[in-house]
Amino acid sequence: MSETRIFHDHEVDLAYKAKRWSGRLVVYGLLLFWTLICLFPIYWTITTSFKTAPDVMQGNMVPFVDYEPSWRGWRSLGLSPDTIFAESTVRKEFLKRFTNSTITALGASGLAVILGSMAAYGLSRFSYRFGFMRNPDISFFFLSQLILPPVVLALPFLVLYRELDLLDTRIGLILLYTLTVMPIVIWIMRDQFASIPVELEEAALVDGMSVWGAFFTIVLPIALPGMVAAFILSLVLTWNEYFFAALLTSTDAKTLPVMVASQTGSQGINWWSMAALSTAAILPLVIIGIALERFIIKGMAAGAVK
Amino acid sequence: MSGNASYLHVVTRDEITPRRAALGRWLVWGSFVLMVATFVALWLGQRGTIAQFSDNWRPAIWAYLFWGTCLGFAQVLIHGERGKRSLFLLPAVLFTVAMVVFPLLFGLTIAFSDWNLASPDGRKFNGLDNIRQMWADPFYWNALKNMVYYVAAILVEYAIAFGMALILASNIRARKFFRVSFLLPLMLSPVAVSWMVGKSMLEVRFGPLARLARWLGWDSPSFFGSPEIARTMIMAMDAWTYIPFMMIMILAGLQAIPRELQEAARVDGAGAWRGFWEVTFPLMLPISISAILIRIIFKLKIADIIINVTSGGPGGATDSVTSFIFREYRDRSNVGYGTLLAMVYLVLIVIAITVFMKLADRWMNPRY
Repeated sequence: MSETRIFHDHEVDLAYKAKRWSGRLVVYGLLLFWTLICLFPIYWTITTSFKTAPDVMQGNMVPFVDYEPSWRGWRSLGLSPDTIFAESTVRKEFLKRFTNSTITALGASGLAVILGSMAAYGLSRFSYRFGFMRNPDISFFFLSQLILPPVVLALPFLVLYRELDLLDTRIGLILLYTLTVMPIVIWIMRDQFASIPVELEEAALVDGMSVWGAFFTIVLPIALPGMVAAFILSLVLTWNEYFFAALLTSTDAKTLPVMVASQTGSQGINWWSMAALSTAAILPLVIIGIALERFIIKGMAAGAVK
Repeated sequence: MSGNASYLHVVTRDEITPRRAALGRWLVWGSFVLMVATFVALWLGQRGTIAQFSDNWRPAIWAYLFWGTCLGFAQVLIHGERGKRSLFLLPAVLFTVAMVVFPLLFGLTIAFSDWNLASPDGRKFNGLDNIRQMWADPFYWNALKNMVYYVAAILVEYAIAFGMALILASNIRARKFFRVSFLLPLMLSPVAVSWMVGKSMLEVRFGPLARLARWLGWDSPSFFGSPEIARTMIMAMDAWTYIPFMMIMILAGLQAIPRELQEAARVDGAGAWRGFWEVTFPLMLPISISAILIRIIFKLKIADIIINVTSGGPGGATDSVTSFIFREYRDRSNVGYGTLLAMVYLVLIVIAITVFMKLADRWMNPRY
């Protein structure tokens, strides 16, 4: 740029500006429209949990403007300010399901990340031979589990768990969930480990460390973000799982999604309490999604970019 | 990932005495015999031949775990340093074998039997009866046909996801806000979605979407009345939860493309349109294929939303294979028939995915 122009009102500039602004308008319009599509159901659910029957019928949308929020939905769950310290069977039930979901999701994700990371590290660093199977075959064996639809395993597991007395137990669910998310963990972690230079471990080995020592002290800290990503992705999948939980649990180990689903069927739909229940069921993951978005995106992008 | 360049080569001097190796071998076979003995004892106990020492099969799990542990120890005893390396892989392999291979083999045996869990008779082998029943079951074929529709809907999802990813990758403000809000649907459980969207927002009398439809001029909106609309609604809800997934994968791919390529195309006189179709899109093909493949795999498992919103109706128009088998089991608790249907489904899936991967491979690496 030899001369600085102060006024950008030349004909060409103006035409360019108009084009640019209309382009921007379309882009932001699309973005806002899609944001509305993504967020409206969540907004609707949260606001409905504060509505009373007439508000639902009239289709009031905006709290404080259209209608006066009430704690009715949350009271029916025993979670409103005036009932939170009182005895409540519904809340007890809800908390039990919540604990079940938390324990199974955390347990399964933890187990899957431990087993999966170890396997992924082994596969990315050492060459194995297991009969006719070599590393690529073993990797394929693990990843092919992803194709397996849950319904294929569901009924055999129903029978097996009955024999093993694992029906309606959290351990049973944890084992099954671990199985479903482990391929994803291995997939993400294999990429993670492959991106760590081998020289790091070689240096550690030269310094007299064992293979496992190098794994725990050198490799794991570097791969930690990837492990967190894999863990969170597994957490999302296991927290939301419904199919196995519906088949394999009945009273003790029932998880939150099963509770939500069973409420919709019976006694008509009680809008405000269902909305409160749904809100409570999705809230933990919504918070995780907002807080740890970076890791989730990292995990999902792992397979995309080599 | 390919090639041996990234492997870690370790050379150690292990002094493994024959006694140590023998001990290792003895450990493996000893615990293996113990495991088999446990299985046999449990089986005999169940049949009443010997006194029952456990009323369930749990000891079998302990025996398997014990054998697995001994196997791990023995690897180190027999192979030394090389054995320690195999310990990385061994737990995952043992776990997967126990949880997949064994149940699948077991599933094959129940697929050819008539087994009603509610009746006390137990399992009856019935040969090919289940296959004959499947052949004549219009609802199963209908569910398979629906799966084809559901999978076809992925193309639309892909187009939307690609569009949104392009916008997100372009130069915009508040990118983080948009990215987070686009990601949120993925966090929600299908069951919650089926209530939030399927049962409450699509409620015919006062759901907001019904209101919107009325305002747009559809007098008596009914979202789950006719087969086509119901199927579209299920597709839309499923798409709503999973579009973020494809979008993020495509976005990651877009951000990995060097900017210079687009600039070079611009310099050569390509407009935005041609720049996209001749530079960006071809470069994105591998990622697109893997995103679509993963999406297909997830789509083939679709069930939760269908079970909770329409339970297959109207007239089986929205049934997926999984939801159909789920109901089949719920209504008649016949494990044998359901398992056979699932096994057939698995075979079809494996064939379809293999064909898809071969075609994608042929398409991406054409041989002239």
